[in-house]
Amino acid sequence: MSLRAPLAGVLGRGSAKAGVHHWWLQRLTSVALVPLAIGFVVSLLVLPALDYATLIGWMRQGGTALGLVLFVLVAARHSHLGVRVVIDDYVHSAGLRTLAVVISDFSHLIAAAAAVYAVLKVALGGRL
Amino acid sequence: MPERPLSPHLSVYKLKYTLATSILNRLAGLILSLGFFLFAYWLVALAAGARAYAQARELLSLGLFKLVYAVLIAAFVYHLAAGVRHLIWDTGRGLDRLSAQRSAWIVAVVSVLVSLILIYGLLRSGAYAR
Repeated sequence: MSLRAPLAGVLGRGSAKAGVHHWWLQRLTSVALVPLAIGFVVSLLVLPALDYATLIGWMRQGGTALGLVLFVLVAARHSHLGVRVVIDDYVHSAGLRTLAVVISDFSHLIAAAAAVYAVLKVALGGRL
Repeated sequence: MPERPLSPHLSVYKLKYTLATSILNRLAGLILSLGFFLFAYWLVALAAGARAYAQARELLSLGLFKLVYAVLIAAFVYHLAAGVRHLIWDTGRGLDRLSAQRSAWIVAVVSVLVSLILIYGLLRSGAYAR
């Protein structure tokens, strides 16, 4: 038998029992980002130049597109989770908080989708 | 929503290295979140073709963006170093006061050094400047 009044549950007090998932995903994405982010920065650093032709050539090399897609997806999720924690901690008004969370959700999803689409388009030679 | 205790109450704490390393990690993470959107824009511009990329590059090589890249580099290096420190903590290691102080120093020194090297390389190389 639960000692909690049902009203408290309705009002959203107490644990939503979903915190561990958030916490765990934040660790999982951070572990994955260590090699992905270092790999991204190093592969940019070893490029002779950052002009259009060099970058397109690099993105069409085997493995680059896969690495970039992984980096984009994991970084987007990690950023999404992190921004959510910051919003929850510092935006105290419920309305503003909901608005900020929704804006963060949508913009992360849009940016990730656009970035993945861009990587695939280049990697497949513009046939997308 | 009824009044509930909220955290963190930044104003009641004395500034200590524990607080500084923690809040800097958050700040760096937020900066990198903004950097993620810049990164997505850069990829989209690349995929839009040579002319669109040339236009984007014109914008992205404005003098102001040197500062943006320098801040992003510093945030990246710090967030990476501090993040690895957190992952080590998550295994239950290095949580005592002495280890925590030592790892804070390591993170500070490593991130300042690596950031300076990368920023120096960025500002020196014509590839990023133009």
